[in-house]
Amino acid sequence: MSARVTFPNKILPYALILPQLVIVGIFFYWPASQALYQSVLREDPFGLRTTFVGLANFRHVLTQPSYINSLQTTAVFSIAVAFIAMSVALLLAVMADKVIKGKGFYRTMMIWPYAVAPAIAGMVWLFMFNPTMGTFAYMLRSAGYAWDPLLKGDQAMILIIAAAAWKQISYNFLFFVAGLQAIPKTLIEAAAIDGAGETKRFWTIVFPLLAPTTFFLLVINTTYAFFDTFGIIHAVTGGGPGKATETLVYKVYHDGFVNLILGDSAAQSVILMVMVIALTAIQFRYVEKKVHYG
Amino acid sequence: MATVELKDVRKVYGGKVEAVKGVSIDIPDGQMCVLVGPSGCGKSTLLRMIAGLEEITDGTVSIGGQVVNTFGPAERDIAMVFQNYALYPHMKVYDNMAYGLRNRGTPKDEIDRRVREAAGILGLEDFLERKPRELSGGQRQRVAMGRAIVRKPKAFLFDEPLSNLDAKLRGQMRIEIKSLQRSLGVTSVYVTHDQVEAMTLADTLVVMNSGVAEQIDTPLAIYEKPASVFVAGFIGSPAMNLLAGEIAENGRGVKLVGGAYLKPRDTVLPEVGRSVLLGVRPEHLTLVSDANNADFQLKVTTVETLGADTLAHGHPVDGDPKSSELIVRLSGDVQVRHGDVLPLAIDAGKAHMFDAGTGKRI
Amino acid sequence: MADAASTKTRAEVFGRREQGGMLGISKSSRYVAHAILILGVLIVAFPIYYTFTASTHSLQTILRPPLPLTPGDHFFKNYYDAIFGGVGRIGGVSVDLLLFNTTVMALGIAVGKILISILSAFAIVFFRFPGRMLFFWLIFITLMLPVEVRILPTYKVMVDLNLIDTYAGLVLPLIASATATLLFRQFFMTIPGELLEAARVDGAGPWRFFKDILMPLSKTNIAALFVIMFIYGWTQYLWPLLVTNRNDMNTIVIALRKMISFADADTQWHLVMVTSILAILPPVLVVVFMQRWFVKGLVETEK
Repeated sequence: MSARVTFPNKILPYALILPQLVIVGIFFYWPASQALYQSVLREDPFGLRTTFVGLANFRHVLTQPSYINSLQTTAVFSIAVAFIAMSVALLLAVMADKVIKGKGFYRTMMIWPYAVAPAIAGMVWLFMFNPTMGTFAYMLRSAGYAWDPLLKGDQAMILIIAAAAWKQISYNFLFFVAGLQAIPKTLIEAAAIDGAGETKRFWTIVFPLLAPTTFFLLVINTTYAFFDTFGIIHAVTGGGPGKATETLVYKVYHDGFVNLILGDSAAQSVILMVMVIALTAIQFRYVEKKVHYG
Repeated sequence: MATVELKDVRKVYGGKVEAVKGVSIDIPDGQMCVLVGPSGCGKSTLLRMIAGLEEITDGTVSIGGQVVNTFGPAERDIAMVFQNYALYPHMKVYDNMAYGLRNRGTPKDEIDRRVREAAGILGLEDFLERKPRELSGGQRQRVAMGRAIVRKPKAFLFDEPLSNLDAKLRGQMRIEIKSLQRSLGVTSVYVTHDQVEAMTLADTLVVMNSGVAEQIDTPLAIYEKPASVFVAGFIGSPAMNLLAGEIAENGRGVKLVGGAYLKPRDTVLPEVGRSVLLGVRPEHLTLVSDANNADFQLKVTTVETLGADTLAHGHPVDGDPKSSELIVRLSGDVQVRHGDVLPLAIDAGKAHMFDAGTGKRI
Repeated sequence: MADAASTKTRAEVFGRREQGGMLGISKSSRYVAHAILILGVLIVAFPIYYTFTASTHSLQTILRPPLPLTPGDHFFKNYYDAIFGGVGRIGGVSVDLLLFNTTVMALGIAVGKILISILSAFAIVFFRFPGRMLFFWLIFITLMLPVEVRILPTYKVMVDLNLIDTYAGLVLPLIASATATLLFRQFFMTIPGELLEAARVDGAGPWRFFKDILMPLSKTNIAALFVIMFIYGWTQYLWPLLVTNRNDMNTIVIALRKMISFADADTQWHLVMVTSILAILPPVLVVVFMQRWFVKGLVETEK
């Protein structure tokens, strides 16, 4: 009959939703619109005059070698983090699906790094690998390897990738375990009767059926690598050495907050905004699909 | 306790869809009024307007002589039993029943007394500390009743309360509701789509169809003198046979579509040539031993053996198999087979005439 | 007897199947699985164990690698110094104040998010009013506006509102939550309309319905969200970095960053390690002890 049963009050709902709207308005929409606005303006060096420059800031940003570098860094970083964090988690989840005893123990032991702040994860890894007193740095050097992530860009990159991936394993593990549990056991039994061995079963039955989970995690891990790892980079490398670990988000912060280049920073913000919108759209399309599959 | 009066009550959704088209009902104090009709006929909407859960577009609803149109559900002093019981899942049975009283500020010991009293009546004493999910369907139904009883409201409203129970339990609860309502003497409005429930429970029966009250009367009167084709078809199971035709000349009765003639006894026929629907209930057709006493011969096409009764489907031998199909209720010990021809008589005075155009009783 | 025996085998078969031990998985491959899992646990746990070990050694021991693999004898001294002594590099602020700040922030964000989201969802689901869908979308779209894409203008708002170096500044801008609003909305929509009608007949207005029926029914959802949001608040980095300048307003994570310098030799590494452990401990305990809600929250908020 009638759709949703509701209360007849007319004013009360506004009062209920107001707090959230006020916060959203002041801290989200106003600043976001300012970012959009400033992305088409340029300030002179003394901040006395601003002029409308259209898309000039975007052109400027997108042709900057440092921005291109930062794009590449972000791509390398994100792909590596997503790939490592997901494959390690998948391996562990598949193993956890096999064992009979100790499932709960393994899960508890795997999930808690989720609660470690990314920045702390970074600092802990740096502490283990830092050239002056890190035990692992000491071991690497004893083995004759010239290890110094504070001076060598590629090593710095490896370090932050390791820290970022390490922290994300728990999250991926949980979702892969849930995904594996959702696969009907009869399918796997049928494959076993059809003569498929364990490895073959995994690649021909389990992995394809896990695709929705994998895809979902890919989006989430990319978002994580883009945004949530700011703390790691800020705390561990500060974007350095050189600009070897300067990701897009770090650059927005650095240009806007440290170098105070308003127009460029705003333009970068807007570009990031477009990326977030794309990622969110992909994520929600996925959710819709999942609904269709039941 | 109080009377419930509806006067020209209308409900229009969004300025367009007219769900209830002006219904007036007077329910005397202590009586049970049942609204029955197919789904979408507006009976639930009407009940919800009495409850105050739905705004009244037009007309008035009075409870105990007072117009309550502008009152909220709580101010109307009514209690309602819902189709899915609507028990608060996180509260114990005791608290489910006490909740409405607490909201009214009833003193604690009074609440306790009333809850225990209601639990006693309904046999729920042992379940007061349980949560709804630990109860069976019938027990939940009783809790929903209990929640209504403890309030000692002016009126009970029932919204298809038995439709989620299995057939056996439904029959049992129906009797319980009836005797409970009698003994408490609370004016009640009961909505159902089940005509057996409607017939057995009602003091006053309201048959509704597309937002209109087609007939308001006692169950028996409605059964015996249905006011329209709709009511005739809706009340009674199996449904009344309705045969289209027109009044024939020379007092030959009704000429059915397809050719056969039927002449009901002790029935006043309208003017010759008028298009009518002739209605006869399956139980008002009698098998006669002598073919000369028969009003018509039925050719049997299907037989349903129910045990106590046997239902024979067929058509008059000289009639059209489709347009004059009808059902006969025979005693269970009569042996009938597909293909048999049965001599049948229409019980005296038990035929109904409806105008083919308006569907109204003639 | 035969019956009982066969029943037992069936139960075993089903039991094993539920736990994943199905046909074709040999004992040896299960041992391999255990070995890999233990290795995984070691990798996952080792960095934190290493940090803990370091936090129990003296500065001198830490500065002379390799670090011993077993805890040292400076546990009490280091923890006492960090918590009550104050750390020089961050202006003598002691770790207990940092923990307090972080707790305020994490609790504020968790409680705030839940509160304003549950109220918004309540309004959106249980009332009909002009602008309802517009407001819903306005809240929803904030998903696409993380702090990172509006850093400078948001900072400017904070300065204009005098929110720099305040608890309100740490908490308020982060308590808007599209995720939580969506979750509550979804949950509320599963509550049958009859329940609301029954409550109305029972004399409950919106507030009573909210307090007596909606809140109790939302308990597990609230618990799940609380865990997720508490961790979210505790592990914030960019935001506290922007809005706190004073050392005594820092969160523990930011302070930790300030305590470290690889260029200077005077970093008090033993205190850094203690602080790290103290910064990690509260959210980890929340995750471990509220695991059920944590998993539920994680799965539901990411839908």
